[in-house]
Amino acid sequence: MTLQTFLFYVTALLTGVSALGVVVTQNIVRAATWLLFTLAGVAGIFFLLREEFVGATQLLVYVGGTLVLVVFGVMLTAQGPFINMKTSAAEWAISTAVGLLLYTVLALSVLASGPLATAPEGTGEITSASQLGLSLLGVKTGSINSYLLPFEIVSVHLLVVLIGAAYLARAKRRRGAAS
Amino acid sequence: MFTYLFKEVIPLPEDIAATLMAIIQGSILVGFVALSAVFFIWLERKVAGRIQDRLGPTRVGGKFGWLQTIADGMKLLVKEDLIPGDADQMLFRLGPYIAFCGAFLAFVALPFGNGVVARNLDIGIFFMLAVMSTEVFGIILAGYGSGSKWSLFGGMREAAQMVSYEVPMAICVLVPVIVAGTMNLNTFGQQQTGMAWNWYIFHDPFTFLAFWTYFTCATASCKRAPFDLAEAESELVAGFHTEYSGLRWSFFFMAEYGAMFAVSGIAVVLFLGGWNTGLVPFKDLTDWFGELLGSKVAGWWLGNLINVAVFIAKAWVLVFVMMWVRWTLPRLRIDQVMMTCLKYLLPLSCFLLMGVSLWQVAVNPYLPGLNYVLTGAAVLVVGWLTFKIWTTQSEMPVAGAFDLRNVPAPKFDFVRKS
Repeated sequence: MTLQTFLFYVTALLTGVSALGVVVTQNIVRAATWLLFTLAGVAGIFFLLREEFVGATQLLVYVGGTLVLVVFGVMLTAQGPFINMKTSAAEWAISTAVGLLLYTVLALSVLASGPLATAPEGTGEITSASQLGLSLLGVKTGSINSYLLPFEIVSVHLLVVLIGAAYLARAKRRRGAAS
Repeated sequence: MFTYLFKEVIPLPEDIAATLMAIIQGSILVGFVALSAVFFIWLERKVAGRIQDRLGPTRVGGKFGWLQTIADGMKLLVKEDLIPGDADQMLFRLGPYIAFCGAFLAFVALPFGNGVVARNLDIGIFFMLAVMSTEVFGIILAGYGSGSKWSLFGGMREAAQMVSYEVPMAICVLVPVIVAGTMNLNTFGQQQTGMAWNWYIFHDPFTFLAFWTYFTCATASCKRAPFDLAEAESELVAGFHTEYSGLRWSFFFMAEYGAMFAVSGIAVVLFLGGWNTGLVPFKDLTDWFGELLGSKVAGWWLGNLINVAVFIAKAWVLVFVMMWVRWTLPRLRIDQVMMTCLKYLLPLSCFLLMGVSLWQVAVNPYLPGLNYVLTGAAVLVVGWLTFKIWTTQSEMPVAGAFDLRNVPAPKFDFVRKS
């Protein structure tokens, strides 16, 4: 077993265990903490595959952004000191069934793709962040096509979302109130 | 750095060599972060003392109280480590470690010298910003998990502040990235080789302003005064770490001082020429010594010894400025903190980003030599300030010089004149 494979299994195990923790725990903030380890583990796998850009983006967007917002939201809205989710037996049963089905699909597709024993290798051709950026700006580099149109659509979409968020969160002036 | 050692001197299997290298580099970095935290805590006390017209620590370790932090550390080690009954045990325990890991991981991509970097990542600056954003999560967990109102308020303020200040900070980082055309911090340093006018802070007016904007945001992102709302002693006891004691508490401080060095290191690499002295023309010190000694390896080691010292000295100066600011300016209110970010720093950084993009396309090719003018102006200003400080008579506190018996008794007028 090479070092890479060994590290991959360790990271994958930690990611899997903490993903279980997210599902099992009842406390929302604890679940967010387990989610932190899951996402950090996934980022670790990206780093192992030498895709540092994707790994760092994973950390920046999910850990620095989404998770902080989750806990921030809980802190702003919670009534009691520590809030727990009450899940009924029916919800447990349905979610277990859905989870198992999804797992079966994933496992089958992995098994169908080839032998399990080999660690995932990078594509061999390391895509640097600058190549990625240039292709997003419409410059065709190497084997990567230009992605100018999707990039523009996504950025306009994000702008619309930003304006929408600002519109929803604006200070509402009541009609008829003294100005 | 140790590739040569393990490949040429001691031939080892690749996996073992890689593991050994990782362990050595990790230990050096942990040691460096911990030791610099020890130094910074002493410096902070000294700076605070001097600014408040006191002496600061003077006794422990003979002169200047330079062993004060060790004494503090001993005290923290023997302190009772308690967890409040209302706290969420798991979150309370995890908080300090997550905060420390976030601050420490950033050092993996920080180049201390030409090629003296644990992992020379292609996206070094992005990686550093990304892992440093995880530090805030540890602090929020500590604030939430303590089960105390003070801590909760501290954690909430920290979350609001960090989420906002990350945006202008990242945009300010983009300004020199546009000039340099790379996100690799080692390449950044190599591009600024030579005299001081090659430093990116002097490249054009926008990078010059971006440096100050970045530094303001960086101070806020380390939750240092005037932005230390998360621990505001006068309002929240100690904010997010109210309930912490002993070693756990000290982890927060290791994280804070580690993060201060990391953001200062980023500023040094991006704007202030990295490890270059700014005095050696045309070539890096490693090449210069390599030619002088006739050996590339010897030149690398000797040159980088000086490079690392220069880099650390520059970063220390910036950390000192952060301390200076902390003990000079009063704390802002939370609404003022948010207003500073959203109404001033964010538009300013966006303007700088637009400006530098236009500058690179439209002005830079037709206006060479501006960096010399900017460097000259900066040297003049710094020289004038130094001269003023040098010639102004100082009133440093001297032990025993101030004798109450020589002070005339104040005359009180007890009758109120209405």
